Amino acid sequence: MSRINQIEGRAVPVEGNDIDTDRIIPARYLKEITFTNMGNYPFYDERFDAEGKPKGHPFDLPQFQGAHILVVNQNFGCGSSREHAPQSLMRWGVRAILGESFAEIFAGNCTMLGIPTATLPQADIQKLQALVKEKPQTRFTLDLDKKVLLADGKEHLSFEIHESKRNALVNGTWDSTGILLANAGKTAAVAQKLPYVSGF
Amino acid sequence: MAKGTLYNKVWDSHAVEKLPTGQTQLFIGLHLIHEVTSPQAFDMIAEKGLKVAYPDRTFATVDHIVPTTNQARPFADGEAEQMMDAIEKNVRRFGVPFFDFKSGNQGIVHIVGPELGLTQPGMTIACGDSHTSTHGAFGTLAFGIGTSQVRDVLATQCLAMDELKVRRINVKGRLKSGVTAKDVTLYIIQKLGVKGGIGYAYEYGGEVFDAFTMEERMTVCNMAIEGGARIGYVNPDETTFAYLKGRRYAPQGEKWDKALAYWKSVASDKDAVYDDVVDFDAADIEPIVTWGITPDQSVGVSAQLPDLSQFPPSETKTVELAYRHMDLKPGQPIQGTPINVAFIGSCTNGRLSDLREAAKVAKGRRVAKGVRAFVVPGSQPVKAQAEAEGLDQVFKDAGFEWREAGCSMCLAMNPDKLKGREISASSSNRNFIGRQGSKDGRTLLMSPAMVAAAAIEGKVTDVRELVKGA
Repeated sequence: MSRINQIEGRAVPVEGNDIDTDRIIPARYLKEITFTNMGNYPFYDERFDAEGKPKGHPFDLPQFQGAHILVVNQNFGCGSSREHAPQSLMRWGVRAILGESFAEIFAGNCTMLGIPTATLPQADIQKLQALVKEKPQTRFTLDLDKKVLLADGKEHLSFEIHESKRNALVNGTWDSTGILLANAGKTAAVAQKLPYVSGF
Repeated sequence: MAKGTLYNKVWDSHAVEKLPTGQTQLFIGLHLIHEVTSPQAFDMIAEKGLKVAYPDRTFATVDHIVPTTNQARPFADGEAEQMMDAIEKNVRRFGVPFFDFKSGNQGIVHIVGPELGLTQPGMTIACGDSHTSTHGAFGTLAFGIGTSQVRDVLATQCLAMDELKVRRINVKGRLKSGVTAKDVTLYIIQKLGVKGGIGYAYEYGGEVFDAFTMEERMTVCNMAIEGGARIGYVNPDETTFAYLKGRRYAPQGEKWDKALAYWKSVASDKDAVYDDVVDFDAADIEPIVTWGITPDQSVGVSAQLPDLSQFPPSETKTVELAYRHMDLKPGQPIQGTPINVAFIGSCTNGRLSDLREAAKVAKGRRVAKGVRAFVVPGSQPVKAQAEAEGLDQVFKDAGFEWREAGCSMCLAMNPDKLKGREISASSSNRNFIGRQGSKDGRTLLMSPAMVAAAAIEGKVTDVRELVKGA
């Protein structure tokens, strides 16, 4: 599995607090039994009218096409645990998310997909969103080793990221199945000691 | 960090290993599965040539996509049929017990687990559904996970997890007549906010929780996640043990006594240390109705909608969006807001006691003209018991539709949906934009008795005024 130390690219802002995973991906798209098509659906109902015409959401504006870094506000990804939400963002092109705060389950799901969820104070996020809107061609580098964000090669802001999530990304252990499987023996021993597993 | 709490004890006894990332490998005692978030996970383990590591600690049912009217196969919705087909194939291939329609135990996964006695104190429980926090009512660490994590639990019965902080929430005193567990959970969310619980597990306690039934505790824990807390729990006590006694998967005979000893041992110590403690007074709580697009945008039924100046500047955009979407205005009373649809059901309020409370209101009354009202029991056993008590007839006589068990219009993955700008009174858990199947649809969350009252009057109504002694 790959180590994720730096993520580079242009950014796209999606403003607003408490953007829930139903808004990120409406439940009707969860009826597909694979994630393959999820890249077609992020923010679908906010992006398109009844005839399927774009309504001017940042994900459809020409200046944000090809962007890899999503910039959001507070409690992004709250609500349903559906992994379809980060899957849809990832398959649209999102490689990292910067925000004021993230819902717990959403942030965990992002890490499992190798997407860092980095937090910055409100003032920094607002400045960043303003910069991205004003100069959408700005190229950012998210440096997970130094926990700094560079804008056009110059150090711009520092960010926070949960240390275990950062470790998983920079050490390439974010896809956890293999690591957990390696401890199968210890798992069985712990299970055996639990009264309800051994049958009381 | 917290010490001596149920959270700490159960975490420690289930910790397998400290991982190099700093996370803990945590053993999962019970893995619950449903049709929507599992097919990709089964595909992933099949691709890697892995098996389900602990099939006897894994149980499946179907709830999200099931139609609540005609359940004949194949389903009219081809995608739902495909999803149903996938879970049937996967449980057969991997040897996972499956509570399907024929079992008589099918239903919403968070109602089925407790009903069968699968959910027991001192367990860790995971499910690919955020409302897994419901099971915390039994003194478990129960939490929602994404599909890649479902894959990990299937393959290893473990998850790589970070430890949470623990916030004790006391609700002291006695609830006023007509105030329900739903109002308590909405009140806590209103006070602490939808982001207040990020990074925390909530331990609920105090006289109100001591007096609550298990079904009431489940209603509160169910919505812990709506307050941002991935886990919500109540310490196990005699109420918990009495609920479990005699259930299909509960220990029997001399094993029961050993189980009791274990269950009692996991409760938080008297001198437990918490990261935070919050106290509320039960007397301050009245029936609560949401008016916005997040579960913390709510008011007491007798109150008026808040002015923008009552929110911090960072909330202005969300509040403005909420008012625009809901077509409501600051200063107007919530009472009297007309509704088009009334929905009673969901993992929050689809249990027998919820249907009984709603039936008390519906009895001898008629659903208002122009209101589409329906009741969706949370499981097949809930439906059977309600019918044995004649509740179905009470609802049907009042003009409610009586349906088969499932998640239904809580998230509208089945044919039960709002249309256009319709506004619902709903006993479910989320008032998010588009949640109930129409991107322009609107949702007012409230207790099942309040939904029944709204259905009868055709508008938001204080159930205490409609029914004396409610």
